[in-house]
Amino acid sequence: MSNISAAQFFAWIERYAAHIAEQKDYLTQLDAAIGDADHGANMHRGFQAVLAKKDDLQNSDIGALFKGVAMTLISTVGGASGALYGTFFLQASTMAGTKTELTPGDFASVLEKGLAGIVLRGKAAIGDKTMVDALQPAIKAYKRSIDSGESLEQALSKAVSAAEEGLKSTVPLVARKGRASYLGERSAGHPDPGATSTVLLFRSAAESLT
Amino acid sequence: MKKLINSPENVVLESITGLGAAFSDLIKVHTNPNYIIRADAPVKNKVALVSGGGSGHEPMHGGFVGRGMLDAACPGAVFTSPTPDQMFEATKAVNGGKGVLHIVKNYTGDVMNFEMAADLARAEGIDVEAVVIDDDVAVKDSLYTAGRRGVGTTVLAEKICGAAAESGQALKEVAALCHKVNANGRSMGMALTSCTVPHVGKPTFELPEDEMEIGIGIHGEPGRTRMKLKSADEITEILLTPIIEDLPFKAGDEVLLFVNSMGGTPLLELFVVYRKAHEILTKSGVKVTRSLVGPYITSLEMAGTSVTVLKLDDELTKLWDAPVLTPGLRWGG
Repeated sequence: MSNISAAQFFAWIERYAAHIAEQKDYLTQLDAAIGDADHGANMHRGFQAVLAKKDDLQNSDIGALFKGVAMTLISTVGGASGALYGTFFLQASTMAGTKTELTPGDFASVLEKGLAGIVLRGKAAIGDKTMVDALQPAIKAYKRSIDSGESLEQALSKAVSAAEEGLKSTVPLVARKGRASYLGERSAGHPDPGATSTVLLFRSAAESLT
Repeated sequence: MKKLINSPENVVLESITGLGAAFSDLIKVHTNPNYIIRADAPVKNKVALVSGGGSGHEPMHGGFVGRGMLDAACPGAVFTSPTPDQMFEATKAVNGGKGVLHIVKNYTGDVMNFEMAADLARAEGIDVEAVVIDDDVAVKDSLYTAGRRGVGTTVLAEKICGAAAESGQALKEVAALCHKVNANGRSMGMALTSCTVPHVGKPTFELPEDEMEIGIGIHGEPGRTRMKLKSADEITEILLTPIIEDLPFKAGDEVLLFVNSMGGTPLLELFVVYRKAHEILTKSGVKVTRSLVGPYITSLEMAGTSVTVLKLDDELTKLWDAPVLTPGLRWGG
């Protein structure tokens, strides 16, 4: 099975920035329904700042790439999403270290480390109507697929489907974390904006890592 | 969208630059990262107070930087928590060697970003304590939510703790005092109209001409319930009843009554609300001994009000009365 190079990981980040740019108004609209109407704008600002560091980032090892992404998001996004996506990439960077390519199995460990960071910082669990509802099943599906000997392409495609299923599962949920939780029952019937941007993260991976 | 802005991207930067120019005797504005500090910071051997949050709530927090209140404020983008590098740099800039208190409103983003900043500051050997303000009674089931939001009591805590720090109290004492203010303050707000976030360009929510949102948050996030518009007296009662029941405030208590404008409601109307709130409290035997009326924790141009009641004792009253000299709040010698 083919490994994933640092250049491909940079392409992943670029692809994600493009998806965020395309969907920023939609993400903000979702956030306006149950939050504070800033998710799309904030993520867009953060990933544009990441792209501005392209010259440094595209020649870095994978750990340095993810760390650069993390620090940029932490200092430019603000809100909970800056802290959470920042923590995800920061933890991912500690697992990737100075490697310049990862096996699909290594990538599973990197994703799991990132997820653990998010869970620790945000204290959210499955069913709280947060990004964890999309992230955790996506990573689980990816790892299961890789462990059972399927290709990277298959694994990423399963991750996207699981993230989408997870996102769908947030629609009827009553939020228990974040600003949406203040709505109580009124948060039901809307998809979670953070879970929506998480789906885009995996869609970008499927489009750029194989 | 009709706003006095040049561009949504620059509104916060241009606003804090203007604030700094207008009050250059009291504060200094640092940009990239953005924070506002007392002109005489760091003050040696005084506990420093740092607060912050999304912009759009002016004069909070930048307008409360100065003698007797905050040492630093970190403004985020509109309605978005500031970032850890801002709080970290601000914390370093105001640390006078006696420790730094972070006063944080209970919103997921604010709490997470302040936690990250406190980790960074502690790693550099700065003594940091953080107190989270969560006084909004509109949030009912706080076990199953991110908890109560931090609203009006934040202003009172910043004033009272600022006075305590000025008087030479230690970090642990100022932090304990901040917890005490939070424990004795309760708030509830309502909206008549939505606000428009500059980079969104349209109202955050739709509210028909004859309806109002009860329990609104300071970011235009919906509250407890939406209902047909009522008279000022009825609205005041709707806001005050859950506040009184929650602490509960009892006959014989002495309180500070704070009636706040969400930004778009004029003083003419605020005092109508104040009059009724004062009457309701007095009738239940609660004695209003201090008051604050005006736009202090706003939500852009939203029309509406919030009511905060803080139970006072001699210590809190004395600290409330102590001199304060900031752009947004000033009295005494």
